[in-house]
Amino acid sequence: MLALIRKLQANGVLGLNERNCEYIMRYNPRRLYPLVDDKLSTKRLAMAAGLPVPELYGVISSHREVRELPKMVAAHRDFVVKPAQGSGGDGILVVSARVKERNVYRLVDGSILDEDDIEHHLSNIISGQYSLGGHRDVALVEYCVKFDSTFSEHAFRGVPDIRVIVFRGYPVLSMVRLPTRRSHGKANLHQGAVGAGLDLATGRTTHGVIGNSPVTEHPDTGAAIAGLQLPQWSYLLEFSARCYDLAGLGYLGVDIVLDRDKGPMLLELNARPGLNIQIANRCGLRSRLALVERQTAGAPVEERVAYAMHTLAAAAPALN
Amino acid sequence: MQGYKIWVFALALFLIGGALFLYKWLELGYPLLPEEETSIWTVEATIQFDAGEKSMPVKATLHIPGLTPGFAILDENFVSRGFGFTTRYVAGGRQVQWAIRRAKGPQTLYYRAVVYKDPTQFENDTTPLFPPFPVLGEPLDTALQQLVAQVRDQSADPASFTVELLKRLEDSGGDQNIGLLLAGESDPTARARAAVTVLAAAQIPARLMRGISLVDRERQSRVVPWLEVHDGDRWLYFDPATGAQGLPEKFLTWWRGEESLYTLDGGGETEIRFSVQRNEADPVLVAERRAQTVQSRIADFSLFSLPIQAQAVYAVLLMIPLGALVVVILRNIVGITTFGTFMPVLVALAFRETQVLAGVILFSLVVSIGLLFRFFMENLRLLLVPRLASVLIIVVMLMALISIVANQLGLDMGLSVGLFPMVILTMTIERMSIVWEERGPAEAIQQGVGSLIVAAICFSVMDINLLKHLFFVFPELLLWVLAICLLLGRYSGYRLLELVRFKSLAALMR
Repeated sequence: MLALIRKLQANGVLGLNERNCEYIMRYNPRRLYPLVDDKLSTKRLAMAAGLPVPELYGVISSHREVRELPKMVAAHRDFVVKPAQGSGGDGILVVSARVKERNVYRLVDGSILDEDDIEHHLSNIISGQYSLGGHRDVALVEYCVKFDSTFSEHAFRGVPDIRVIVFRGYPVLSMVRLPTRRSHGKANLHQGAVGAGLDLATGRTTHGVIGNSPVTEHPDTGAAIAGLQLPQWSYLLEFSARCYDLAGLGYLGVDIVLDRDKGPMLLELNARPGLNIQIANRCGLRSRLALVERQTAGAPVEERVAYAMHTLAAAAPALN
Repeated sequence: MQGYKIWVFALALFLIGGALFLYKWLELGYPLLPEEETSIWTVEATIQFDAGEKSMPVKATLHIPGLTPGFAILDENFVSRGFGFTTRYVAGGRQVQWAIRRAKGPQTLYYRAVVYKDPTQFENDTTPLFPPFPVLGEPLDTALQQLVAQVRDQSADPASFTVELLKRLEDSGGDQNIGLLLAGESDPTARARAAVTVLAAAQIPARLMRGISLVDRERQSRVVPWLEVHDGDRWLYFDPATGAQGLPEKFLTWWRGEESLYTLDGGGETEIRFSVQRNEADPVLVAERRAQTVQSRIADFSLFSLPIQAQAVYAVLLMIPLGALVVVILRNIVGITTFGTFMPVLVALAFRETQVLAGVILFSLVVSIGLLFRFFMENLRLLLVPRLASVLIIVVMLMALISIVANQLGLDMGLSVGLFPMVILTMTIERMSIVWEERGPAEAIQQGVGSLIVAAICFSVMDINLLKHLFFVFPELLLWVLAICLLLGRYSGYRLLELVRFKSLAALMR
């Protein structure tokens, strides 16, 4: 076991305690948490800064307003309902189609909800069933991201998203999360999605992981996970680096989705991003974080992205 | 900087807690182990006399224990109807004086002392002066000089001198000098008295000391003479009857010197009796009383000063920090996830009544039936708070039902189900059902089992008798728990289960 610890230490693999102690507590002031824990305020910040986000159709903030849903989505075929303060993807409904006359909704995983079902779900969200401390919450109704063809072979019934760890404004590690049958179309590693590491220099996928074990193929589509090239890579890194200036959190997880029509959009920010990204990249975080700690604050976005693509990507290359 | 501060703070807590603990343990004698019992002896001296037919003033004095090597006085009282009393220090030690203006008929005076063994009590007398050479007149002076010369020849120091002297005094048959000194008496008191005289002639300070043996249920203890000899450094003790050095194990020194035990002015026929009774006492009680007598404020802040019901509450409450420490270790060092941070501690408290196995069975029973109802209620589409209230009601009804059924079946353990924290159970059911729906049954069951394992470990730590005793008697040990928690709060190493998680990653790395 000591050998295991030594090996992980030598490779700079970050544990939860160290992440909390040395990075989150030091670089993430608590007063800034509400900005990222509440998806509504994140969305407003991003819009104010000119970063694209999924269009907000409406907010349902009281049990009375639950009945407004059909009117809110009248003009849209598909939409997403999510708790503003949910965590880990809990409580998110992705409605892919609905029958207008009867107000029956079809979810992305194929199940059918009637009006009562969806109203009950909304009132659960508002009561705080999915929020972190059980506080009252609001439900966001927003644009459902359209599947980008990049991932046509690599996602099962859901939209993949890109997670970038941004440390003091520098992108340090990234992965793309590919939904599977087991994750019910959700891009959440805890629920069984595939995490695929991304080469920071090129934006090309390297390795995959499900849970804690490495995989080489998507379990549902059978497509090889390595070698998938993301479009507009330097733009994506710039996008994520700008999120630092948005929220001010030093240790940040940025979740981006690629929309077929509208391009990259900010999905959410995370003040406590998980550590499985290290398994997906087969690379520890610590050495890259240490390099960034030596950079002076206040560098422009382009410089930070260039540093990430050239120095960081080369300094601690993902192991093959 | 941050790290340095935390170490200083933790160290300060350790030292304060440790210092208080050591003071109470070593200085005040609070017991370290729960099963220790201290023997205490109640010694009673009774003076009975007849004050005569006519009312007349009476004054009585009695020597009482003052310097008592090997024993400490826990409590003493003076019972004497109508008499006024004062205590004072006299040449022979302490004395109580009873006085009354008018008394007639039979009178009884009591002195009662409660003493306990205390090895730290020793004679803190100042070093005595060299005694003056006794002036006895011839032929005794010559006999004395000869005897001193003979004994000195066959001894090396005050101790061996005394032993040799006592041997000769005991075996007085042939020696004329000794015969003269003892003047026909040969009881141990006379021998001790003679020894004091001879030792004075040899320039060795010595004195006669009297005490009683602490034998249980002795109605009539006798006063035993003993010989104290100062070797220039400390007092040594000798048995004048046998010449053996040392004090008996249970010997309570009563008074010293030549004076008589009691005096009586204005009474007739007097009788004095000693009685001894041994009891087992709670050592904590002894320590408390002792802390009071040395005027330590510690005893004022002790939990033992609380009413007994409050004490029972704190006996439980003081173990909660320990349970919390276990949770900290299991979560941050081992990495087990549980429902609710301190839920396992509260469940562990319930285990105190049910014991672990029964507790786990009852807990699983209530939670799984509760979950069934919760899933059924999901179809009813209730709002969150009414739904929680409904689950709570069902939990309470389930608990009552389990108790009744268990009682019918004659199972005692079922009755204690009522001690489970029902709100905690309700929240557990709710959170478990959400995890069940969102993350799947595997994770829900895994977290539920994790919570139970943590609760069981918490319980087994909180149930250790030694720890229960230590934390109640020495609550300052909580400062240690606090210090450990502070240090664990800065632990940034891997969690054990993280190692499992990263194992496959490590295999792919150099």
